[in-house]
Amino acid sequence: MPRIKGGIGDPLPHDSAELHVTGAATYTDDILEPAGCLHAYILKSPHAHAHIKKIDTSACRIPGVHAVLTAEDIPGVNDVAPVFAGDRLFAVRTVLFAGQSVLAVAAESIELARQAAMKAVVEYEELPAILTVHEALKKKKFVGEPYVMQRGNCDSAIANASHKLSGALDIGGQNHFYLEGQIALATPLENGEMHCWSSTQHPSEVQHLIAKVLGIADHNVTVEVRRMGGGFGGKESKASLIACAASLLARKTGRPVKLRLDRDDDMIMTGNRHDLHAAYEVGFNDDGVIEGIDITHAINCGMSADLSNAIADRAMFHSDNAYYLKNARITSYRCFTNKVSNTAFRGFGGPQGMLFIEYIIDDIARALGKDPLAVRKANLYDPKGKTGKRCLTPYYMKVEDSITDKIFTQLEKSGSYAKRVKETKAFNAKNKILKKGIALTPVKFGISFTLTPLNQAGALIHVYKDGSIHLNHGGTEMGQGLYTKVAQVVADEFKVGIDRVKITATSTGKVPNTSATAASSGSDLNGKAAQAAAQTIKQRLIDFSAGHFKVKKSAVVFKKDGIHIGRKVLSLKELVQLAYANRISLSSTGFYKTPDIHWDRKAAKGRPFFYFAYGAALSEVIVDTLTGEYNILRCDILHDVGRSINPAIDIGQIEGAFVQGAGWLTSEELWWDAKGVMKTHAPSTYKIPTGRDIPKDFRVQLFDGENQEDTVYRSKAVGEPPLMLGISVFLAIKDAVASVKGRPQLNAPATPEEVLRALR
Amino acid sequence: MSDSIKFILNDSVREVSGLPPTTTILQYLRMQERLTGTKEGCAEGDCGACTVIVGELAGDKASYQAVNACIVFLPTLDGRHIITVEHLKMNPVQKAMVSCHGSQCGFCTPGFVMSLSALLHNKSDASEENIQDAIAGNLCRCTGYRPILDAARAANKAEERHLASDVKTLKTVQRQKMFAYEDAGKKFFSPRTVKELAEILALYPEATLLAGGTDVGLWVTKQHLALNTIIYTGNVVELRQIGKTPAGLEIGGAVSYARAFDALAAYDESLEELLRRLGSTQVRNLGTVGGNIANGSPIGDGMPPLIALQAKLVLRSKEGARTLPLEDFFLAYRKQDKKPGEFVEKIIVPAKPKNVLFKTYKISKRFDQDISAVCGAFALTMKGNIIESARIAYGGMAATPKRTAKTEKVLLGKKWTEETVRQAMAAMPEDFLPLSDMRASAEYRATVAANLLYRFYLETTDAKTATRVYNYAED
Repeated sequence: MPRIKGGIGDPLPHDSAELHVTGAATYTDDILEPAGCLHAYILKSPHAHAHIKKIDTSACRIPGVHAVLTAEDIPGVNDVAPVFAGDRLFAVRTVLFAGQSVLAVAAESIELARQAAMKAVVEYEELPAILTVHEALKKKKFVGEPYVMQRGNCDSAIANASHKLSGALDIGGQNHFYLEGQIALATPLENGEMHCWSSTQHPSEVQHLIAKVLGIADHNVTVEVRRMGGGFGGKESKASLIACAASLLARKTGRPVKLRLDRDDDMIMTGNRHDLHAAYEVGFNDDGVIEGIDITHAINCGMSADLSNAIADRAMFHSDNAYYLKNARITSYRCFTNKVSNTAFRGFGGPQGMLFIEYIIDDIARALGKDPLAVRKANLYDPKGKTGKRCLTPYYMKVEDSITDKIFTQLEKSGSYAKRVKETKAFNAKNKILKKGIALTPVKFGISFTLTPLNQAGALIHVYKDGSIHLNHGGTEMGQGLYTKVAQVVADEFKVGIDRVKITATSTGKVPNTSATAASSGSDLNGKAAQAAAQTIKQRLIDFSAGHFKVKKSAVVFKKDGIHIGRKVLSLKELVQLAYANRISLSSTGFYKTPDIHWDRKAAKGRPFFYFAYGAALSEVIVDTLTGEYNILRCDILHDVGRSINPAIDIGQIEGAFVQGAGWLTSEELWWDAKGVMKTHAPSTYKIPTGRDIPKDFRVQLFDGENQEDTVYRSKAVGEPPLMLGISVFLAIKDAVASVKGRPQLNAPATPEEVLRALR
Repeated sequence: MSDSIKFILNDSVREVSGLPPTTTILQYLRMQERLTGTKEGCAEGDCGACTVIVGELAGDKASYQAVNACIVFLPTLDGRHIITVEHLKMNPVQKAMVSCHGSQCGFCTPGFVMSLSALLHNKSDASEENIQDAIAGNLCRCTGYRPILDAARAANKAEERHLASDVKTLKTVQRQKMFAYEDAGKKFFSPRTVKELAEILALYPEATLLAGGTDVGLWVTKQHLALNTIIYTGNVVELRQIGKTPAGLEIGGAVSYARAFDALAAYDESLEELLRRLGSTQVRNLGTVGGNIANGSPIGDGMPPLIALQAKLVLRSKEGARTLPLEDFFLAYRKQDKKPGEFVEKIIVPAKPKNVLFKTYKISKRFDQDISAVCGAFALTMKGNIIESARIAYGGMAATPKRTAKTEKVLLGKKWTEETVRQAMAAMPEDFLPLSDMRASAEYRATVAANLLYRFYLETTDAKTATRVYNYAED
């Protein structure tokens, strides 16, 4: 039977694709501004650490300015932090990083608001600043308690191992560089209520924090978002500052207020992926099998906790990647620095943890003179269906779904790994200036929020009398195609074409208490919740039809050509009209919570993940030993998305994530001056990949398999895992450098400068 | 009395006044016209989300080019045609972007659509390099570009048209005299001849001279400077000429890098590569060779090769013209030998003699659309295997674009050998004391500057050794 349009597995374009290409898709900045709308500007601290001696805003009150607000003007709580307090809306007494918000102005134009804000007289007394994790470690300045995960006795295992190695790696941060900067449009409503359009991945948290700042109950605030121009984690906790400032100004002026950060302010104020200094000691046998490993992370959280503790945890959770670490200790220090508070970014700490273990394995291989892939294979978790002794993670979760072996085998063959390793060596022997490198690296990424309560979702479906379907859920659309995928799930349930399903803006008024669209969980959670809502309505229609037409319930079946009721076939429209006339509810919520997960953080034991997503990439690069420049010649990817709901969207996620991951580890360098001021705050100085930076030869395939867990249509999460396929590029560069330097020290990002340093 | 700004917006003529002369096209489109398909991603011409197409009359034809709306001042549109994404009604590029899954979050998408529509309007059979060049100034953070490149390739094969020129209406918005615009005391002049330019500049010697605006635009959008009087050179007929004379190639002061491209690229393929990497297509469509010189940046990529090729600069004022070697124009950091009332009339680049070895290289974190950490250019005049004269110039190594006196001295009269090049590399630290900044450390700059000289040596003496990672291809 032919599939319905937009059913499960249909490689449909993004639901907004035609709106995107015609410029008709409405982002927050494109919403028709309500009459009297004001524009806001935030004045930032110029210092990394300073006392505020005085704030005088009298000069700011020029014509056209409607409000100038500082911390004193906040009726509720001056904190917009997601979990642990510490992210003030406006600074009080001290500023803790260069870029911290000090005051905000609302005026009749953005230019006027900026001019007015610049007239404020703020006197600072500069204080010594902590700018590196090393200083933070020395002074024991942390944003959370140090945390350890361990299994077995790594000290004795390392001591007794036939080979030992130690080393360290600096891993740089990364700016999200969503093309649409942070923005909110707040409109004050009657009786102290507030409506806010916010470009956020977490409308419920924005709602809650607006209420908290304004000193009102959550039910007074509605937050909506139709789409974001990219999020990547940067609009999870960091959208609140913008939405809260806009709402506060709207409350104070009684006017709608738009606050849009320009690119520089956005990059300076809203944080990055965490940079990290990692160190290891490892003991291993002649085959490179790890006997014991001791890993230490010093992660730069910046000036507040934000989500850093969970991010640092995830860096630890992925310190094994695809490998069984027999005796392991992972210690994590969550360092405070006088820099912008670092935040969620696609992978949420996982990429840093994973890069480090891949780096270590690479070091082991070079120390033994073995092919790195052979050492990788020797260390893998036991494969799915054959789990024996080598399946327990350092946090005591049993890995039961490992397919890395299968992915390796398939990719080695399709990518002619052995042949190309030989060719690379031959090339390097022949060429004195250019050197090639090659690396095949795996990804195993845990799916679920590690804070178990977050693993829940809600949806709301209405079926109208004409048979058209209104779909709403708690997930947000940032380009990842979540809305499309969830609509496909609903279309498939009702067996109607996807055109009958209207995807509507995420709103805290429709689905409450949602989790952030994060942790790759969007489709898993919201797809299941929407499916549950659809099934509830379907069941009512089945029950009704069975009674009305006097047939067995099993004789009522939704099919592509309509609803079969015994021998009758009704269209959804016909059935819905009949059901309405018989007073059957055509609206339902749906709810889902991920089963079988638990986590005891105190004991560092549990099953924090529902399942793992797998993949691998084989990258080949060429490096110029005179300049450190390089180029990705080819990349082959094989990635596991379970049974794909939409293969086109999934491939889009894989390719985009790979390029973003490669960018993180190559050209994307964040740079601060000696006073702790970030100088790479615009695309002129911060270089994300362009079209020429992607592999010349780029081959991406989906692994054929289904999720062994009961996820929506047996699919797997895809948002974050493929980002870490970019690690293969970094290690391919390291391989090229190693052809000159033995076991090189190559830090990330491997800019041409860093590569040349490593070569010398 | 102020003229109003007269131009075509998509399919209708607009006459606009009452806006500051530094209003950008992007601000105008979004705020005044509420055409919100054009997006602001960076407000500095580096992300391409605001890309629009601007058409201008060239004789009996119209030429249409992609530009960044975020840094172009509205009065420069006078007499021109602006096309925004809203004007394209599912052209082949748009259709292919949908069918190839070229959009995810969609925010960068209108910019890509405009860049590719401009390319395919101008080229009926675009090459891979053309496609890459066309989108080098467009950033996408979601897709990883592969589907966008596929969409470009698919649209490249379409029979359907991408854009429609509007010569007829363009002719109706042309002026017969200098355009003079004013709002709230802020003035904007657009002279049409060198004579008019010299006179108006003599009248307003403190005025900001605006050519492509790829730098001046940022003074407004990033530094928030107020510019009281702007004199735009983009309509000065003589400054828009490119000519070949016995003295060499003459490039008028307002000729864009895009228009100078072919003539300059003919000097050497390494110069062609450098030009392709100078800004982006959008930036080269606006930015001028003359502006690149006049603003005196130590990192303008045009300077090292032009200095190495012995380019001369012709400055003119109401008083007359003077000619000086390009390297003498740069006095100190952002300080040039330019008197009030003077403007760049033209740049003269002598023809490359046959006995000159010449190459130029750019080093940056990213291949495309990045600012150089180091840009070097090398010209050796050879007599047999003996170096008769040497001109080596670098950008990014000092406060101005600078030649390497000590290094050049080492090379003079020597044979062009491995030993000579090693001696020259060893001398180079005496020529420079580079800075450390976000683009590179002083150490890297120094090392790589010397290594580029070695690359030059290899590429001019040893055809067998591969030296370039970009466009690397197995034989």
